[in-house]
Amino acid sequence: MVRVDGGGNSSLIQVRGLDKTYRRGGEEIHVLQGLNLDVDKGEFVAFMGPSGSGKTTLLNLLGGLDVPSQGSISVAGDEITSMSRSRLTEWRARHVGFIFQMYNLIPVLTAFQNIELPLLLTKLSKSQRRQHVETALQIVGLSDRMHHYPRQLSGGQEQRVTIARAIVSDPAFLLCDEPTGDLDRKSADEIMGIIKRLVKEYGKTVLMVTHDPVVAEQANVTLHLEKGVLVEGVQSDKFAGVSV
Amino acid sequence: MKYGRLLFANLFRKKTRLVLTIGSFTIALFLFGFLAIVKEAFTGGVDIAGADRLVVINRTSIIQPLPLSYRDRIMRMKGVKMITFANWFGGVYQDEKNFFPSFAIDIHNQRQVFPEISISDAEWQKFAGDRQGAIVGAATAKKFGWKVGDRVPLIGQIFAGTWDFNIDGIYHGTRAQDDETQFWFQWDYLNERIPEHSSYKGQVGWYTVRVEHPDDSVNIAKAIDAEFANSPYETHTDTEKAFAAGWVKQFGNIQFLIMVIGVVVFFTLLLVTGNTMAIAVRERTSELAVLKAVGYSDRFVLLLVMTESLVIAAIGGGLGVALAKLWTLAGDPTHGMLPLFYLPSRMIGIGFGVALAFGVASGLIPAITAMRLRVVDALRRV
Repeated sequence: MVRVDGGGNSSLIQVRGLDKTYRRGGEEIHVLQGLNLDVDKGEFVAFMGPSGSGKTTLLNLLGGLDVPSQGSISVAGDEITSMSRSRLTEWRARHVGFIFQMYNLIPVLTAFQNIELPLLLTKLSKSQRRQHVETALQIVGLSDRMHHYPRQLSGGQEQRVTIARAIVSDPAFLLCDEPTGDLDRKSADEIMGIIKRLVKEYGKTVLMVTHDPVVAEQANVTLHLEKGVLVEGVQSDKFAGVSV
Repeated sequence: MKYGRLLFANLFRKKTRLVLTIGSFTIALFLFGFLAIVKEAFTGGVDIAGADRLVVINRTSIIQPLPLSYRDRIMRMKGVKMITFANWFGGVYQDEKNFFPSFAIDIHNQRQVFPEISISDAEWQKFAGDRQGAIVGAATAKKFGWKVGDRVPLIGQIFAGTWDFNIDGIYHGTRAQDDETQFWFQWDYLNERIPEHSSYKGQVGWYTVRVEHPDDSVNIAKAIDAEFANSPYETHTDTEKAFAAGWVKQFGNIQFLIMVIGVVVFFTLLLVTGNTMAIAVRERTSELAVLKAVGYSDRFVLLLVMTESLVIAAIGGGLGVALAKLWTLAGDPTHGMLPLFYLPSRMIGIGFGVALAFGVASGLIPAITAMRLRVVDALRRV
């Protein structure tokens, strides 16, 4: 279930009274204003809205990459808004997978090495790490490209490596910022197919920002952000239990 | 080592830049080694000068001689343990470029006054019994391929003519700094060939006095000079260390000159490598942001950048110091003007330490910038 009225109490993600204000040239810009959100485990939520509406800011706050001006975010019982910067970093490593529009792979590392990066922070042995990476590669269908460098991959393949890197440490939820924004339709469909599989088959919770209504349609729920406020929600026919 | 791949992949990202940055460290540290060699060549004699030895020269100038008769008068003075003397000969072998320090020495007391010189008793005895005999330092013998039994002619630069010598022995120093380039022959042989009317006949260049107790050196020096005051050959006596330091001063303030050159070179190196590291960090801002996003700590990112800088400094610095050391192994390139041509171990250590310090200094600001990088800001810049 996904709610934006602040009424949920046992959701995986609970956002309460979230404010984010930037100061630019002496002027205060209220990006998010008193935002509430509840997302249960296994949900696939798309955030839409015009540029500057606060979609990416919300995603950054949910992923612990930024801190709110006010309000709280709780993920699986962890109140992340009160965590120190170093604790937040550790928390991200365990709980969040990021998928960026521009892939952001490290060009001097192979696909395998890029995917292995989050696992280097764990106590897994080399063979265990290899096993995890190979599983992630298998899920995204890139087992035969593991020793290729990013420059040797197409955009769609690079994004699949990014997804593999995001899921390799088995995080609770994935944050996707325009995951298909830089791809052609065919590649975009492939990427969305993988993300949907992650939700359906692996029970991942996915929060995605997109400008593309076709992409947004594939989520369980689409929430619209306008000037920092969740103004409407759309429930996919395929899913039930959405309250907005 | 599980992060080694990440480290080295980043290092080798721009191979040309890596080679040039390592190269600038190599050249700077080679220059450091070179300056250390030059400094040592000029001042090394000061460091190893015997604390228990005094040098007595003519008060007017070292090129003015002293009477041989002073030997016994000095020897009788209280606190004097031993005395020897020598004359600068200034010979060359075949050609002027084949220069090395050559001395006419007192065969009786040389070894007692300079115990750090190592030579077999048999060779010394042979030398003592051979009026045309010579003892040559191991470095000079090696340079010209001389061995015991060879007969070599030297061309006198001060005492004209060709002088033939028999190589009776080869001496070695017992310390790394000891000069192994000298050529010694009997003072009697020199004196025999000096014409009767010459002012050098029966005269010596200087005396070296070994004292019983180093603490008495200053008083004994004063006593020697007082003994010969108001004579036609007044003396100036100093400790061997002060004498060597005074000799170095004739060439100007070598230490200051070397320090100035070194500071300029290393300051330039700091600017170059600091800028390079800053560019290296700036161009991968988004990658560092992703590392942080997936859970790498600020401290890890700081250490990653610092380690890259240190690895470059260690490789470049190590190569530079190694090249300088290799250069000394090829011998003095000035054909004898710098008999102490070597790079001391302590300077190798200092050089490597300096390289690492500059590695830290040049990497510090880029590393702190990387550490402070906020993920959201960095990703927004992409």
